[in-house]
Amino acid sequence: MTDRNDEIVICRCEEVTLGEIRRWIAKGYHNFDELKRVLRVGMGPCQGRGCREIVLREIAMATGKKVSEIPPGSFRPFTRPVKLGAIVDGADKEVQQ
Amino acid sequence: MNRTAEVVIVGAGIQGCAIAYYLARAGVRDILVLDKGSICSGATGRCGAGFRAQWGTEMNCRLGLACVERFEQLSEELEMDIGLNQNGYLMVAYLEHEFDQLRKNVALQNSLGIGSRVVSHEEASEICPGIGAKEALGFTFHQRDGHVDPFLTTFAYYEAAKRLGVTFETFTQATDIRYANGKVFGVSTTKGDIDSRVVVLATGAWTQSLLEKAGVTLPLFSERHEILITEPVEPGVCPPMLMSFSGNYYIQQRPHGSIIAGCSPKGHPEDYKMGVTWDFLETMSKTIVKLLPRTRDMRVVRQWSGLYNMSPDRQPVLGEVDEVSGIFLTCGFSGHGFMFGPVTGELIAQQILGAETSIPIDMLHYRRFERGELIREPAVV
Repeated sequence: MTDRNDEIVICRCEEVTLGEIRRWIAKGYHNFDELKRVLRVGMGPCQGRGCREIVLREIAMATGKKVSEIPPGSFRPFTRPVKLGAIVDGADKEVQQ
Repeated sequence: MNRTAEVVIVGAGIQGCAIAYYLARAGVRDILVLDKGSICSGATGRCGAGFRAQWGTEMNCRLGLACVERFEQLSEELEMDIGLNQNGYLMVAYLEHEFDQLRKNVALQNSLGIGSRVVSHEEASEICPGIGAKEALGFTFHQRDGHVDPFLTTFAYYEAAKRLGVTFETFTQATDIRYANGKVFGVSTTKGDIDSRVVVLATGAWTQSLLEKAGVTLPLFSERHEILITEPVEPGVCPPMLMSFSGNYYIQQRPHGSIIAGCSPKGHPEDYKMGVTWDFLETMSKTIVKLLPRTRDMRVVRQWSGLYNMSPDRQPVLGEVDEVSGIFLTCGFSGHGFMFGPVTGELIAQQILGAETSIPIDMLHYRRFERGELIREPAVV
Protein backbone atom coordinates (compact mmCIF):
# COMPACT_ATOMS: atom_id res chain seq x y z
CA MET A 1 0.00 0.00 0.00
CA THR A 2 1.39 3.41 -0.91
CA ASP A 3 1.31 6.20 1.60
CA ARG A 4 -1.06 8.93 0.41
CA ASN A 5 1.42 11.47 1.77
CA ASP A 6 3.95 10.28 -0.83
CA GLU A 7 2.03 12.20 -3.48
CA ILE A 8 2.23 15.55 -1.70
CA VAL A 9 4.23 18.00 -3.80
CA ILE A 10 6.92 19.53 -1.57
CA CYS A 11 8.87 21.52 -4.17
CA ARG A 12 6.19 23.21 -6.23
CA CYS A 13 8.65 24.83 -8.65
CA GLU A 14 10.18 21.54 -9.74
CA GLU A 15 7.22 19.32 -8.75
CA VAL A 16 9.11 17.04 -6.39
CA THR A 17 6.96 14.86 -4.13
CA LEU A 18 7.43 13.83 -0.51
CA GLY A 19 7.68 10.21 -1.66
CA GLU A 20 10.64 10.98 -3.94
CA ILE A 21 12.38 12.98 -1.22
CA ARG A 22 11.91 10.18 1.31
CA ARG A 23 13.14 7.56 -1.16
CA TRP A 24 16.42 9.41 -1.76
CA ILE A 25 16.89 10.18 1.93
CA ALA A 26 16.52 6.43 2.54
CA LYS A 27 19.34 5.88 0.01
CA GLY A 28 21.65 7.97 2.18
CA TYR A 29 21.25 11.46 0.72
CA HIS A 30 21.40 13.20 4.07
CA ASN A 31 22.02 16.85 3.19
CA PHE A 32 20.09 19.42 1.20
CA ASP A 33 22.69 19.89 -1.55
CA GLU A 34 22.73 16.22 -2.56
CA LEU A 35 18.94 16.03 -2.66
CA LYS A 36 18.90 19.27 -4.66
CA ARG A 37 21.35 17.85 -7.16
CA VAL A 38 19.61 14.54 -7.64
CA LEU A 39 15.97 15.74 -7.55
CA ARG A 40 16.22 19.47 -8.46
CA VAL A 41 14.32 20.19 -5.25
CA GLY A 42 14.85 23.89 -4.45
CA MET A 43 16.25 24.73 -7.88
CA GLY A 44 13.21 26.51 -9.30
CA PRO A 45 12.18 30.16 -9.29
CA CYS A 46 11.59 30.28 -5.50
CA GLN A 47 15.11 28.89 -4.83
CA GLY A 48 13.97 26.58 -2.06
CA ARG A 49 12.08 29.11 0.01
CA GLY A 50 9.02 26.89 -0.10
CA CYS A 51 10.65 23.53 0.50
CA ARG A 52 14.03 23.79 2.21
CA GLU A 53 12.73 23.61 5.79
CA ILE A 54 10.45 20.69 4.96
CA VAL A 55 13.30 18.77 3.34
CA LEU A 56 15.65 19.48 6.26
CA ARG A 57 12.97 18.31 8.69
CA GLU A 58 12.53 15.09 6.69
CA ILE A 59 16.29 14.45 6.84
CA ALA A 60 16.28 15.19 10.57
CA MET A 61 13.44 12.74 11.20
CA ALA A 62 15.09 10.03 9.11
CA THR A 63 18.52 10.40 10.71
CA GLY A 64 17.48 11.21 14.28
CA LYS A 65 19.45 14.46 14.18
CA LYS A 66 18.34 17.98 14.95
CA VAL A 67 17.41 20.19 11.99
CA SER A 68 20.24 22.51 13.04
CA GLU A 69 22.73 19.68 12.53
CA ILE A 70 21.75 19.05 8.89
CA PRO A 71 23.87 20.89 6.28
CA PRO A 72 21.31 23.37 4.91
CA GLY A 73 22.85 23.77 1.45
CA SER A 74 23.92 26.85 -0.49
CA PHE A 75 21.87 30.03 -0.80
CA ARG A 76 22.45 31.64 -4.18
CA PRO A 77 21.28 34.75 -5.97
CA PHE A 78 18.71 35.71 -7.24
CA THR A 79 16.35 36.63 -4.42
CA ARG A 80 13.58 36.69 -7.00
CA PRO A 81 13.64 35.91 -10.74
CA VAL A 82 14.43 38.83 -13.07
CA LYS A 83 13.78 39.04 -16.81
CA LEU A 84 16.84 38.97 -19.07
CA GLY A 85 15.43 42.03 -20.87
CA ALA A 86 15.20 43.97 -17.61
CA ILE A 87 18.84 43.24 -16.81
CA VAL A 88 19.90 44.34 -20.31
CA ASP A 89 17.78 47.52 -20.24
CA GLY A 90 18.89 48.38 -16.72
CA ALA A 91 22.52 47.94 -17.71
CA ASP A 92 22.12 50.17 -20.78
CA LYS A 93 20.45 52.92 -18.75
CA GLU A 94 23.33 52.90 -16.33
CA VAL A 95 25.73 53.53 -19.20
CA GLN A 96 23.68 56.50 -20.51
CA GLN A 97 23.67 58.38 -17.20
CA MET B 1 45.66 1.96 14.31
CA ASN B 2 45.01 3.87 11.10
CA ARG B 3 42.25 3.01 8.73
CA THR B 4 43.43 1.33 5.54
CA ALA B 5 42.21 1.12 1.95
CA GLU B 6 43.52 -0.43 -1.24
CA VAL B 7 42.85 2.82 -3.07
CA VAL B 8 42.00 6.25 -1.69
CA ILE B 9 40.37 8.64 -4.14
CA VAL B 10 40.24 12.27 -3.06
CA GLY B 11 37.27 14.06 -4.60
CA ALA B 12 33.74 12.78 -5.33
CA GLY B 13 33.02 14.61 -8.56
CA ILE B 14 32.78 12.96 -11.94
CA GLN B 15 36.47 11.96 -11.95
CA GLY B 16 36.47 10.40 -8.49
CA CYS B 17 33.14 8.62 -8.87
CA ALA B 18 33.97 7.30 -12.36
CA ILE B 19 37.45 6.07 -11.34
CA ALA B 20 35.92 4.35 -8.29
CA TYR B 21 33.31 2.64 -10.47
CA TYR B 22 35.77 1.41 -13.13
CA LEU B 23 38.23 0.16 -10.50
CA ALA B 24 35.48 -1.66 -8.62
CA ARG B 25 34.11 -3.10 -11.86
CA ALA B 26 37.60 -4.46 -12.58
CA GLY B 27 37.54 -6.26 -9.24
CA VAL B 28 39.36 -3.87 -6.89
CA ARG B 29 37.93 -4.10 -3.38
CA ASP B 30 38.30 -1.71 -0.47
CA ILE B 31 38.12 1.58 -2.37
CA LEU B 32 37.53 4.72 -0.30
CA VAL B 33 36.38 8.00 -1.86
CA LEU B 34 36.67 11.19 0.19
CA ASP B 35 35.17 14.60 -0.40
CA LYS B 36 35.54 17.77 1.63
CA GLY B 37 31.89 18.57 0.88
CA SER B 38 28.97 16.52 -0.38
CA ILE B 39 28.91 14.32 -3.49
CA CYS B 40 29.25 16.36 -6.69
CA SER B 41 29.76 19.62 -4.78
CA GLY B 42 32.80 20.90 -6.72
CA ALA B 43 33.36 21.80 -10.34
CA THR B 44 31.33 18.89 -11.77
CA GLY B 45 28.11 20.05 -10.17
CA ARG B 46 28.74 23.63 -11.31
CA CYS B 47 29.57 23.02 -14.96
CA GLY B 48 27.79 23.88 -18.20
CA ALA B 49 26.58 20.30 -18.76
CA GLY B 50 27.76 20.00 -22.36
CA PHE B 51 29.84 17.41 -24.17
CA ARG B 52 31.36 17.56 -27.62
CA ALA B 53 33.61 15.85 -30.11
CA GLN B 54 34.33 19.11 -31.98
CA TRP B 55 37.94 19.68 -30.96
CA GLY B 56 41.07 21.00 -32.58
CA THR B 57 43.68 18.42 -31.54
CA GLU B 58 43.77 14.74 -32.38
CA MET B 59 44.00 13.82 -28.70
CA ASN B 60 40.92 15.77 -27.70
CA CYS B 61 38.99 14.55 -30.75
CA ARG B 62 39.73 10.96 -29.75
CA LEU B 63 38.77 11.62 -26.13
CA GLY B 64 35.70 13.62 -27.22
CA LEU B 65 34.40 10.95 -29.58
CA ALA B 66 34.96 8.28 -26.95
CA CYS B 67 32.92 10.42 -24.52
CA VAL B 68 30.08 10.82 -27.01
CA GLU B 69 29.97 7.06 -27.46
CA ARG B 70 30.18 6.51 -23.71
CA PHE B 71 27.39 8.96 -22.86
CA GLU B 72 25.16 7.34 -25.50
CA GLN B 73 25.09 4.06 -23.56
CA LEU B 74 25.81 5.20 -20.00
CA SER B 75 22.22 5.30 -18.67
CA GLU B 76 21.86 1.66 -19.58
CA GLU B 77 25.20 0.61 -18.14
CA LEU B 78 24.75 2.47 -14.84
CA GLU B 79 21.01 1.75 -14.59
CA MET B 80 20.09 5.38 -14.02
CA ASP B 81 18.91 8.11 -16.39
CA ILE B 82 21.67 10.67 -17.03
CA GLY B 83 19.60 13.25 -18.96
CA LEU B 84 21.16 12.71 -22.39
CA ASN B 85 20.13 15.16 -25.11
CA GLN B 86 21.93 15.18 -28.48
CA ASN B 87 20.85 18.35 -30.23
CA GLY B 88 24.42 19.09 -31.24
CA TYR B 89 26.89 21.91 -30.73
CA LEU B 90 26.62 24.81 -33.17
CA MET B 91 30.00 26.58 -33.18
CA VAL B 92 29.79 30.22 -34.22
CA ALA B 93 32.79 32.03 -35.80
CA TYR B 94 32.90 35.83 -36.00
CA LEU B 95 36.53 36.24 -37.15
CA GLU B 96 38.33 35.09 -40.30
CA HIS B 97 41.07 33.18 -38.51
CA GLU B 98 38.49 31.67 -36.18
CA PHE B 99 36.42 30.33 -39.06
CA ASP B 100 39.60 29.05 -40.75
CA GLN B 101 40.44 27.18 -37.55
CA LEU B 102 36.91 25.74 -37.27
CA ARG B 103 37.16 24.48 -40.85
CA LYS B 104 40.53 22.90 -40.10
CA ASN B 105 39.02 21.33 -37.01
CA VAL B 106 36.19 19.82 -39.05
CA ALA B 107 38.70 18.29 -41.50
CA LEU B 108 40.61 16.79 -38.58
CA GLN B 109 37.41 15.61 -36.91
CA ASN B 110 36.13 14.00 -40.13
CA SER B 111 39.45 12.17 -40.56
CA LEU B 112 38.92 10.67 -37.09
CA GLY B 113 35.36 9.52 -37.74
CA ILE B 114 33.52 12.50 -36.25
CA GLY B 115 30.59 13.56 -38.45
CA SER B 116 30.87 17.33 -37.95
CA ARG B 117 30.35 19.74 -40.84
CA VAL B 118 30.48 23.39 -41.88
CA VAL B 119 26.96 24.82 -42.08
CA SER B 120 25.53 27.92 -43.78
CA HIS B 121 23.56 30.75 -42.18
CA GLU B 122 20.33 29.19 -43.54
CA GLU B 123 21.15 25.83 -42.02
CA ALA B 124 22.19 27.44 -38.75
CA SER B 125 18.75 29.07 -38.61
CA GLU B 126 17.12 25.68 -39.08
CA ILE B 127 19.24 24.14 -36.33
CA CYS B 128 18.56 27.08 -33.98
CA PRO B 129 15.43 28.95 -35.17
CA GLY B 130 15.62 32.69 -34.60
CA ILE B 131 19.37 32.77 -33.95
CA GLY B 132 20.66 36.34 -34.03
CA ALA B 133 24.09 35.84 -35.54
CA LYS B 134 23.95 37.73 -38.87
CA GLU B 135 27.46 39.06 -38.36
CA ALA B 136 28.86 35.55 -37.94
CA LEU B 137 31.20 34.43 -40.72
CA GLY B 138 30.32 30.78 -40.44
CA PHE B 139 29.28 27.83 -38.34
CA THR B 140 30.15 24.22 -37.74
CA PHE B 141 27.83 21.58 -36.33
CA HIS B 142 27.99 18.08 -34.92
CA GLN B 143 24.69 16.42 -34.14
CA ARG B 144 26.00 13.87 -31.63
CA ASP B 145 27.38 16.58 -29.31
CA GLY B 146 24.98 17.70 -26.64
CA HIS B 147 23.93 17.77 -23.01
CA VAL B 148 24.05 15.37 -20.10
CA ASP B 149 23.07 16.16 -16.55
CA PRO B 150 26.29 16.41 -14.50
CA PHE B 151 24.46 15.64 -11.26
CA LEU B 152 22.63 12.58 -12.54
CA THR B 153 25.74 11.27 -14.31
CA THR B 154 27.87 11.62 -11.19
CA PHE B 155 25.19 10.12 -8.94
CA ALA B 156 24.76 7.27 -11.44
CA TYR B 157 28.48 6.44 -11.06
CA TYR B 158 28.23 6.96 -7.30
CA GLU B 159 25.28 4.57 -6.95
CA ALA B 160 26.86 1.98 -9.26
CA ALA B 161 30.16 2.20 -7.35
CA LYS B 162 28.33 1.77 -4.03
CA ARG B 163 26.60 -1.35 -5.39
CA LEU B 164 30.08 -2.72 -6.14
CA GLY B 165 31.17 -2.10 -2.55
CA VAL B 166 32.94 1.28 -2.79
CA THR B 167 32.87 3.37 0.41
CA PHE B 168 32.24 7.13 0.24
CA GLU B 169 33.00 9.54 3.03
CA THR B 170 31.75 13.10 2.61
CA PHE B 171 32.66 16.21 4.62
CA THR B 172 36.13 14.70 5.04
CA GLN B 173 38.96 16.84 3.71
CA ALA B 174 42.35 15.46 2.72
CA THR B 175 44.85 17.79 4.36
CA ASP B 176 48.18 16.10 3.63
CA ILE B 177 49.82 13.41 1.52
CA ARG B 178 51.91 10.90 3.47
CA TYR B 179 54.93 9.60 1.58
CA ALA B 180 58.49 8.38 2.07
CA ASN B 181 61.34 7.29 -0.21
CA GLY B 182 59.44 8.29 -3.32
CA LYS B 183 56.35 6.26 -2.46
CA VAL B 184 52.98 7.32 -1.16
CA PHE B 185 51.61 5.49 1.88
CA GLY B 186 48.47 7.40 2.67
CA VAL B 187 46.70 10.66 3.32
CA SER B 188 45.89 12.74 6.36
CA THR B 189 42.34 14.00 6.63
CA THR B 190 40.25 16.16 8.91
CA LYS B 191 38.99 12.86 10.33
CA GLY B 192 42.30 11.07 10.83
CA ASP B 193 45.01 9.35 8.81
CA ILE B 194 44.32 6.69 6.22
CA ASP B 195 46.91 4.20 4.96
CA SER B 196 46.91 3.38 1.27
CA ARG B 197 49.52 2.65 -1.38
CA VAL B 198 47.43 4.23 -4.10
CA VAL B 199 46.13 7.79 -3.78
CA VAL B 200 44.18 9.39 -6.62
CA LEU B 201 43.85 13.17 -6.66
CA ALA B 202 40.52 13.88 -8.34
CA THR B 203 40.51 17.28 -6.74
CA GLY B 204 40.03 19.69 -9.65
CA ALA B 205 40.97 23.24 -8.70
CA TRP B 206 42.78 22.16 -5.55
CA THR B 207 45.06 19.52 -7.13
CA GLN B 208 48.25 21.56 -7.39
CA SER B 209 48.05 22.80 -3.79
CA LEU B 210 47.45 19.27 -2.46
CA LEU B 211 50.26 17.89 -4.61
CA GLU B 212 52.63 20.50 -3.15
CA LYS B 213 52.28 18.55 0.11
CA ALA B 214 54.14 15.74 -1.64
CA GLY B 215 56.82 18.18 -2.76
CA VAL B 216 55.70 18.22 -6.39
CA THR B 217 54.98 21.48 -8.20
CA LEU B 218 52.89 21.56 -11.37
CA PRO B 219 52.31 24.56 -13.67
CA LEU B 220 48.54 24.51 -13.08
CA PHE B 221 46.28 27.25 -11.80
CA SER B 222 42.57 27.64 -11.27
CA GLU B 223 40.16 30.30 -12.41
CA ARG B 224 36.57 31.14 -11.63
CA HIS B 225 33.95 30.82 -14.34
CA GLU B 226 30.48 32.21 -13.81
CA ILE B 227 27.24 30.82 -15.17
CA LEU B 228 23.49 31.46 -14.95
CA ILE B 229 20.26 29.55 -15.47
CA THR B 230 16.77 30.71 -16.41
CA GLU B 231 13.34 29.44 -15.52
CA PRO B 232 12.24 26.50 -17.66
CA VAL B 233 10.16 27.16 -20.79
CA GLU B 234 8.94 24.95 -23.63
CA PRO B 235 11.68 23.25 -25.68
CA GLY B 236 12.94 24.72 -28.96
CA VAL B 237 14.15 28.11 -27.73
CA CYS B 238 17.80 27.08 -28.05
CA PRO B 239 17.98 23.44 -29.14
CA PRO B 240 21.75 23.12 -29.76
CA MET B 241 24.60 24.34 -27.61
CA LEU B 242 25.62 27.66 -29.13
CA MET B 243 29.31 28.17 -28.61
CA SER B 244 31.76 30.78 -29.78
CA PHE B 245 35.39 31.29 -28.85
CA SER B 246 35.68 34.90 -30.04
CA GLY B 247 32.09 35.60 -28.93
CA ASN B 248 33.06 34.14 -25.54
CA TYR B 249 29.84 32.27 -24.77
CA TYR B 250 28.18 28.91 -24.47
CA ILE B 251 24.40 28.75 -24.27
CA GLN B 252 22.00 25.83 -24.38
CA GLN B 253 18.53 24.83 -23.35
CA ARG B 254 18.46 21.83 -21.07
CA PRO B 255 15.93 19.01 -21.65
CA HIS B 256 14.22 20.38 -18.54
CA GLY B 257 13.52 23.66 -20.41
CA SER B 258 15.82 26.07 -18.61
CA ILE B 259 18.58 27.88 -20.48
CA ILE B 260 22.08 27.65 -19.05
CA ALA B 261 24.74 30.11 -20.19
CA GLY B 262 28.30 30.95 -19.29
CA CYS B 263 31.44 32.70 -20.46
CA SER B 264 35.10 33.12 -19.50
CA PRO B 265 36.35 35.75 -17.06
CA LYS B 266 38.11 38.77 -18.55
CA GLY B 267 41.87 38.26 -18.51
CA HIS B 268 41.59 34.77 -17.02
CA PRO B 269 42.93 35.69 -13.55
CA GLU B 270 43.96 33.01 -11.07
CA ASP B 271 41.09 32.73 -8.61
CA TYR B 272 39.90 30.24 -6.01
CA LYS B 273 36.77 32.00 -4.77
CA MET B 274 33.34 30.93 -5.93
CA GLY B 275 31.42 34.17 -5.73
CA VAL B 276 29.25 35.80 -8.38
CA THR B 277 29.36 39.25 -9.98
CA TRP B 278 26.97 41.76 -11.49
CA ASP B 279 29.47 42.27 -14.29
CA PHE B 280 29.00 38.69 -15.48
CA LEU B 281 25.24 38.89 -15.21
CA GLU B 282 25.11 42.03 -17.32
CA THR B 283 27.50 40.77 -20.01
CA MET B 284 25.90 37.35 -20.21
CA SER B 285 22.33 38.69 -20.34
CA LYS B 286 23.27 40.98 -23.24
CA THR B 287 24.86 38.10 -25.11
CA ILE B 288 21.84 35.81 -24.62
CA VAL B 289 19.27 38.43 -25.67
CA LYS B 290 21.30 39.37 -28.76
CA LEU B 291 21.68 35.74 -29.86
CA LEU B 292 18.16 34.69 -28.93
CA PRO B 293 15.96 37.81 -28.98
CA ARG B 294 12.87 35.93 -27.87
CA THR B 295 14.45 35.18 -24.50
CA ARG B 296 13.96 38.82 -23.36
CA ASP B 297 11.03 37.89 -21.15
CA MET B 298 12.60 34.77 -19.71
CA ARG B 299 13.64 35.14 -16.11
CA VAL B 300 17.03 34.35 -14.65
CA VAL B 301 16.57 32.33 -11.49
CA ARG B 302 20.11 31.67 -10.35
CA GLN B 303 23.76 32.46 -10.91
CA TRP B 304 26.80 30.69 -9.51
CA SER B 305 30.39 29.90 -10.35
CA GLY B 306 32.83 27.02 -10.47
CA LEU B 307 36.56 26.61 -10.86
CA TYR B 308 38.40 25.55 -13.99
CA ASN B 309 41.75 23.86 -13.38
CA MET B 310 43.92 25.27 -16.16
CA SER B 311 46.93 23.61 -17.76
CA PRO B 312 49.47 25.41 -19.99
CA ASP B 313 48.11 23.79 -23.17
CA ARG B 314 44.47 23.48 -22.07
CA GLN B 315 44.66 19.69 -22.18
CA PRO B 316 44.30 17.42 -19.17
CA VAL B 317 47.10 16.13 -16.98
CA LEU B 318 46.72 12.39 -16.51
CA GLY B 319 48.91 9.72 -15.00
CA GLU B 320 51.11 8.68 -12.11
CA VAL B 321 53.42 11.15 -10.39
CA ASP B 322 57.10 10.47 -11.20
CA GLU B 323 58.55 11.84 -7.96
CA VAL B 324 56.18 9.95 -5.63
CA SER B 325 54.87 6.68 -7.04
CA GLY B 326 51.34 5.62 -6.18
CA ILE B 327 49.87 9.11 -6.62
CA PHE B 328 47.67 9.39 -9.69
CA LEU B 329 46.55 12.66 -11.24
CA THR B 330 43.48 13.56 -13.24
CA CYS B 331 43.46 17.34 -13.46
CA GLY B 332 44.15 20.35 -15.66
CA PHE B 333 41.00 19.76 -17.70
CA SER B 334 40.71 23.50 -18.34
CA GLY B 335 36.92 23.42 -18.27
CA HIS B 336 36.25 20.03 -19.83
CA GLY B 337 36.56 17.69 -16.89
CA PHE B 338 32.93 16.70 -16.72
CA MET B 339 32.57 15.75 -20.35
CA PHE B 340 35.85 13.81 -20.40
CA GLY B 341 35.33 12.22 -16.97
CA PRO B 342 33.57 9.02 -18.02
CA VAL B 343 36.43 8.18 -20.40
CA THR B 344 39.41 9.49 -18.41
CA GLY B 345 37.96 7.74 -15.35
CA GLU B 346 38.31 4.41 -17.09
CA LEU B 347 41.76 5.30 -18.47
CA ILE B 348 43.08 6.21 -15.00
CA ALA B 349 41.57 3.01 -13.59
CA GLN B 350 43.44 1.04 -16.29
CA GLN B 351 46.69 2.84 -15.38
CA ILE B 352 46.24 2.09 -11.68
CA LEU B 353 45.75 -1.58 -12.54
CA GLY B 354 48.94 -1.53 -14.61
CA ALA B 355 47.04 -2.35 -17.79
CA GLU B 356 47.53 -0.81 -21.19
CA THR B 357 45.14 2.12 -21.58
CA SER B 358 42.46 1.77 -24.27
CA ILE B 359 43.46 5.22 -25.61
CA PRO B 360 47.21 6.03 -25.37
CA ILE B 361 47.56 8.88 -22.87
CA ASP B 362 51.31 8.97 -22.18
CA MET B 363 51.56 12.33 -23.92
CA LEU B 364 49.11 13.76 -21.36
CA HIS B 365 51.61 13.23 -18.55
CA TYR B 366 52.88 16.47 -17.00
CA ARG B 367 56.41 15.67 -18.23
CA ARG B 368 55.30 17.32 -21.47
CA PHE B 369 55.53 20.76 -19.88
CA GLU B 370 59.23 20.36 -19.03
CA ARG B 371 60.02 18.88 -22.40
CA GLY B 372 58.12 21.62 -24.18
CA GLU B 373 55.91 19.01 -25.87
CA LEU B 374 52.70 20.93 -25.43
CA ILE B 375 49.62 19.93 -27.41
CA ARG B 376 47.85 23.26 -27.67
CA GLU B 377 44.07 23.01 -27.96
CA PRO B 378 42.72 25.85 -30.11
CA ALA B 379 39.03 25.08 -29.50
CA VAL B 380 38.41 26.39 -25.99
CA VAL B 381 36.20 29.12 -24.54
